[in-house]
Amino acid sequence: MTGLALRGLGRRFGTVEAVKDVDLELKEGEFVSLLGPSGCGKTTTLRMIAGFIEPNAGTIELGGKVISSPSASLPPEKRGMSMIFQSYAIWPNMTVFENVAFGLKLRRLGREEIRRRVGEILDIVQLGDLADRYPAELSGGQQQRVALARAVVIRPAVLLLDEPLSNLDANLREEMRFEIRRMHDELKITTVYVTHDQSEAMVTSDRIAVMNKGRIEQVDPPVELYMRPRTRFVASFIGRTNFLEAKRERDVLVFDGFSVPVSALAIPLADGNAVTVSVRPHALDLSAQQPAANGRIVLEGKIARRAFLGDTWNYLFAPAGNGAALIVSAAPHKVIEDGAPAWLTIDPGQLVPIA
Amino acid sequence: MRPLALAEDSSMTSISSSQEAVSGTRSGRISLASRFQPASLLWLALAAVLVVLVVAPISQLVITSFTHPDTGAFTLQNYVEAYGRPRHVAALFNTLKMGAATVVLSLIFAVPVAWACARTDMPGRTFARLAMLGAFITPPYLGAVGWILLAGPNAGWINRIWIELTGATEPLVNIFTFWGLVLVMASNTFFLIFVFTTTAFEMINSEMEDAANILGAGTWKTAAKITFPLIMPAILGGALLTFLISIALFGVPALLSIPARYPVVVMQLSEFFGFPLRVEVAAAYSIPLLLITVALLGLQRLILSRRGYTAVSGKGGERRMVKLGKWRWPMFAYVLLVAAITLFLPFFVLIMAAFSKVWTSGFALSNLTLRNFGYVLFEHSTSQKALIASISLGAASATIGILLALGVAYIVQRKLLPGAGVLAFLCLAPFVIPGIVLAIGFYAAYALPPVALYGTYTLLALAFITRFLPIAFSASASGIRSIHPEMEEAVRILGGGRLTAVRRVVAPLLQRTLAGGWLLIFVPAAQELSTAIFLVGPTTRVVSVVLLDMSEEGRLELLAALGTVLLVIIVAVVALGIRIMGRDFMLRREL
Ligand SMILES: Nc1ncnc2c1ncn2[C@@H]1O[C@H](COP(=O)(O)OP(=O)(O)O)[C@@H](O)[C@H]1O
Ligand SMILES: [Mg+2]
Repeated sequence: MTGLALRGLGRRFGTVEAVKDVDLELKEGEFVSLLGPSGCGKTTTLRMIAGFIEPNAGTIELGGKVISSPSASLPPEKRGMSMIFQSYAIWPNMTVFENVAFGLKLRRLGREEIRRRVGEILDIVQLGDLADRYPAELSGGQQQRVALARAVVIRPAVLLLDEPLSNLDANLREEMRFEIRRMHDELKITTVYVTHDQSEAMVTSDRIAVMNKGRIEQVDPPVELYMRPRTRFVASFIGRTNFLEAKRERDVLVFDGFSVPVSALAIPLADGNAVTVSVRPHALDLSAQQPAANGRIVLEGKIARRAFLGDTWNYLFAPAGNGAALIVSAAPHKVIEDGAPAWLTIDPGQLVPIA
Repeated sequence: MRPLALAEDSSMTSISSSQEAVSGTRSGRISLASRFQPASLLWLALAAVLVVLVVAPISQLVITSFTHPDTGAFTLQNYVEAYGRPRHVAALFNTLKMGAATVVLSLIFAVPVAWACARTDMPGRTFARLAMLGAFITPPYLGAVGWILLAGPNAGWINRIWIELTGATEPLVNIFTFWGLVLVMASNTFFLIFVFTTTAFEMINSEMEDAANILGAGTWKTAAKITFPLIMPAILGGALLTFLISIALFGVPALLSIPARYPVVVMQLSEFFGFPLRVEVAAAYSIPLLLITVALLGLQRLILSRRGYTAVSGKGGERRMVKLGKWRWPMFAYVLLVAAITLFLPFFVLIMAAFSKVWTSGFALSNLTLRNFGYVLFEHSTSQKALIASISLGAASATIGILLALGVAYIVQRKLLPGAGVLAFLCLAPFVIPGIVLAIGFYAAYALPPVALYGTYTLLALAFITRFLPIAFSASASGIRSIHPEMEEAVRILGGGRLTAVRRVVAPLLQRTLAGGWLLIFVPAAQELSTAIFLVGPTTRVVSVVLLDMSEEGRLELLAALGTVLLVIIVAVVALGIRIMGRDFMLRREL
């Protein structure tokens, strides 16, 4: 077993608690992203895994062995990991071949063996023809591929990536996401990927750990994360959402203007009187005529504001009475005039209570 | 086992083989051996070396100045002896006056030429820069000899021609005077003001001046209100450095101040170092020089950190060259005049003397000879040995200094040790110690038993390394700053230690910077006099000291020949530096 486990991991810099009480387990061959806004502690976590920073609290285990703890940490060069840096960190004094071969030479592999494995990996990243170039003669995307090849050619126990695509232009960035995932499908290296870009995390990851202010708020597969956010932060960081406040009265949640049985919600509800639920703009249905209820909730109101975004309409629906306005996404053909009366249909199964 | 397993192709095997690289244990303890980094020892060794090079000599200088030479007890007697006589106090004031005059003359030389080179369309700007560089890299004591040949009261060329032409009975000029001293000093030291000012002029964005023009300020008003205030900090910074260097320079007063009857501090120090030897009085006498230096450099820092400097450093955009029009050639003539005074005239007569049987006979086929060179290179054993010693010492101190500074700069930049800032401070500290004062410190610390290094090349090498450590450190630190730490982290995560990272990535990337830094040390070290004069023994003389000996013996043709050889070496090395680093490698200075 070569799973990676972070247990109660913490790190402070002076008075700043950069990482607090982080628990995360990766199965062998799993691809997990650390996703969160800038400054939330992603890099610090990743660099603790790499061994460049020592934790103040908790441990990191690889294959059941402790490699980092407050009392002792194994230096990076003895961890058998690889890392791809934000700056690429391609060595400009070595050719592409020499860059990629470096880790293999450190492992004292034979000349022929090195040549073969470097050749293979360069073919995978489509750099086979450029082996003798110097980094200064490569484009940004090509340098990125060199970094990738250099990191995976040693078949690391864990591959670490710190915002590897943030220096590329938008098109290339999109292409490289798939490239990275394809590489993972091929080599099955346990991977921790740091990014602040949610679509990047969604495309590449088996699971995403959303971080906020040094803590992990939720770890789940991308779809789960979107459909069932657990916290207010996760719900608003991943996509857009509406928050609705409700009071619990026995087995019923009472909102402004309607109520829903607790059993109809997307996930079981924790105890407590005041409840917040999140509902995605895409999960709401808007119509110009009153629809049949069919067990769903129908609210009457009007369009308070609207904007056409190209691939969707963005409506602001104001319910009659004093309920909060909701944002609704609708297909381009669904046109309702500004200020016109409208009916909103809510599927209780799309309401996600959050902590 | 591990490489074999890694060579296996299936990813399963290789992953488990990577596992073997992980030497942690289940209990959460990681063995000392796997945590040990051989680099740690190196860091401690470097710190120890800095104590030997910097801390011990400086503290020994201060301690000696308060110590009774016989009893070893604390005393103020040394200060009484040093400053008890009016003659000794007068030398200090003479020195300050000479320094101030040197600054004024340096400004007159440097500022117009700097402006012409940086902001105008004057012809021959590259030539002008190279001439200024030439005046700087040539040793000041050779300039002094050149000027003795030109303006000695009796036999100097200028006077002889003047008397020939006019039939006058009195000489026209005399180099053995206060102003002669100042002229020769300024010929060498004005370069720093030139560099600082040129850099400042180049940083000024024309748009800053345009902005003033648009608001209605005319050319002169703009110059007075915008341009001048922007370069003022640079000029002041350069002027302060010039002052400090000139008050501590030994070579020029050694040749001129005694005949000029103008006693200065460095000559007084050398008197204390004569017979009877009174190191403790010399130490006491040198402390004010040290304090003045520290205070003025502090002042320089203050000036440069003020607003004016920030504006200048704010990256200039486009610079428009001032069109001089009919003033182009007069401006060039001024540059030629400065170059002639500071470089061409003195070194022309010096080189001419080197090829003469008798220097006073001047141009004549019958006077031409190569014997002087043959003599200093092959027959005169002292000068031959000194030449080899100077080159070896220059090379050794440059090499060791750069390696040492690189190590320290690396620790500091990568924050590898707590308190690394102290190491950086120690590397830069010798900057505030005049060479001649440093020599007294080294003498006090290492010359006598128990260390007993007097009369060895080791003592000279140690002192030279220390003297040029600040140059080495600035070069190394700026080089390392330019290397992204992730370059090294990439080595480490792939399995290389820190030393592997330094060897395979940092060092190759620093090659050019290090080569440049090496040359920046070699050039002054090979010609160093101030630090050497009290530390050479009878059998460990260096070129600069032998040159002084020859002047005392009145063998000016031999002196000229040996000086010319030294010049050729220096020029060759600088030319090499320009090839490697580009024309401006000595012309750029961080303030
Ligand atoms: N070496 C350091 N010294 C002091 N503070 C640090 C250091 N590294 C990170 N921090 C702080 O820790 C927090 C988390 O930083 P980081 O892990 O780099 O965030 P992210 O990678 O998510 O943007 C930030 O507030 C940052 O300022
Ligand atoms: Mg980061």
